[in-house]
Amino acid sequence: MATVQSASAPTGAALRPINPAAPNATAFGTTMVHTWYLTGRKLHALVRQPWVLAFSVVQPVIWLFLFGQLFRKVIDIPGFAYHGTYLDYLVPGLIAMNAMANNMWAGMSMIEEIDRGTLNRFLASPASRIGIMNASVVEQAVSTTVQSLIIVGLGLAGGARYHGGVAGVAVMVAASILVGVVFGALSNATGMLLRSREAIIGVYTFFMLPLMFLSSAFMQTRLMPGWMQAIASRNPLNWVVQIGRSAVSAHPGWGAIGVRAGGLAVLAAACVAVSVATFRSYQKNV
Amino acid sequence: MNTTDCAIEARQLVKTYAVRGAKHGIRALDGLDLAVPRGMIFGLLGPNGAGKTTTVKILTSLARPDGGTARVEGIDVLARPGQVRHVIGVVAQRSGADPTATGRENLILQGRLYGMRGGSVRARADELLGHFELTEAAGRLVKTYSGGMQRRLDVALGLMHRPAVLFLDEPTTGLDPEARAAMWQEIARLASRDGLTVLLTTHYLEEADRLADRLAIVDRGRVVTTGEPEELKRELRGDVVQVELPADADARLVRGVLGALNEVRDVVIAGRNVSARSDDGAAAVPVVLAALQRAGINAASVAVARPSLDDVYLRHTGRRYSESGTADRNRSEDQRELVEASK
Repeated sequence: MATVQSASAPTGAALRPINPAAPNATAFGTTMVHTWYLTGRKLHALVRQPWVLAFSVVQPVIWLFLFGQLFRKVIDIPGFAYHGTYLDYLVPGLIAMNAMANNMWAGMSMIEEIDRGTLNRFLASPASRIGIMNASVVEQAVSTTVQSLIIVGLGLAGGARYHGGVAGVAVMVAASILVGVVFGALSNATGMLLRSREAIIGVYTFFMLPLMFLSSAFMQTRLMPGWMQAIASRNPLNWVVQIGRSAVSAHPGWGAIGVRAGGLAVLAAACVAVSVATFRSYQKNV
Repeated sequence: MNTTDCAIEARQLVKTYAVRGAKHGIRALDGLDLAVPRGMIFGLLGPNGAGKTTTVKILTSLARPDGGTARVEGIDVLARPGQVRHVIGVVAQRSGADPTATGRENLILQGRLYGMRGGSVRARADELLGHFELTEAAGRLVKTYSGGMQRRLDVALGLMHRPAVLFLDEPTTGLDPEARAAMWQEIARLASRDGLTVLLTTHYLEEADRLADRLAIVDRGRVVTTGEPEELKRELRGDVVQVELPADADARLVRGVLGALNEVRDVVIAGRNVSARSDDGAAAVPVVLAALQRAGINAASVAVARPSLDDVYLRHTGRRYSESGTADRNRSEDQRELVEASK
């Protein structure tokens, strides 16, 4: 090894910490700055392997074209009452489904960071806890956006039409981000609390299909049995599907979109707060 | 020791982990006391499961103890963890470096989380990269690094913000001999730097002996003894006479025979190995062998040695270092028999 003495702190004064008592930024400022840097780390890793993103949409794309073809006649069912093709109908549902499914794996990378010691390194540093969680949320939001846009593009190529235009598509994608944040945060909390990949797989299997089929992703809720309708109306995944479908329709119902989006935003904030709070519990058993 | 000279001070730390299958959990720390003076390498020596890592986790604000107090650089770790984090550097047992980023990116992010900005963070990263011989690999992803390179990067990460206290948790575990020797040199050099206090945990006797200015031996969540390595060895007074018994030897009989001798004291029987202290080892050997022979026991081998840290460990815990460890929670009584020769 090099024998550079100057590589270390040359004087006792330099060994003193950087403003331990009086941080030069406010707590909020620090959170924002740390969110920025920690997000940069995550996005850098994402950009280094873009094919991971592309592969993750393979499943919804298969659903898109198989279901789109297989159930093409579904819209002819009396009472289905939808103006457009079944593919048009399906795209908002699959965008919501993709957002939920992919974000439910967020806890996997959290466990990886715990196993590797990276999370502990951050927790033993002055890194903002909220910043650590925010970075995960922003990373998930970015990948959800890219994936949603891929599905939108493939749908378009397959013949789906979005009458709501760019604004409608933007709102649909935004709603998918919100539901992604909800399930991403819950997955992170699960990963941190239980520290088991099996638990995350379990949560995924338990919730994924029921929440998907208890929504209007594939079928109009009004054609469902009453009990299913009751659940669907409280299913956040269904809100996302409804927001998306309404936003890309010729006549978006902005009022209903606003209410549901508000509900999703509140839920997302609550879930992120829960995942930040799990740091405390993690500390108890670290 | 005046407490204001202490970089680290822990009193009566208790920590229990809930573990499935263990009714009352596992008590990792059971009233651990520690006082680490400033500006030295302080070794925390003990087998796996002794509580070293738990101690480090508490002192670095990562884990909260069930009881006790801890101060680092005079700052209460439990009351002001945020302040403590600014003055400490932590190199944990598991590499915390991000494998999907380059070495330089890892260092720069680390510096920024500590509030370093702009050119100074880059300059510091380059300085450490050069110092740890990572300049050529600086732009490579960490997942392509060798074990030794990763460990050097880990230490660089811990030093990035020029901490006053550096925690090194098992820094050489898993390294090949060459990388270990290099790391030892590096750690020794850290200590010569003005003001830096290093708390080093290790389960290697040799590592503690070579690097630590002072050390504490930890066993079952407590510090059993503390002092300078040489001082601890000197306390044992004299040489160690080690005898290997034949497989069928009766431990009680051996204890009785050797306990009656004036030439040896502190007889410890651990399995087939007997060790005893003597002011003059060379003179004691024939006496010991003759006494055993009279009792019908033919020693398989005999050796005389200067006291090692292994002997210090044995003296304070009642077992050989090599026999300790996590699988040793239910050690049998005969391994424990420590006969103080009555003189």
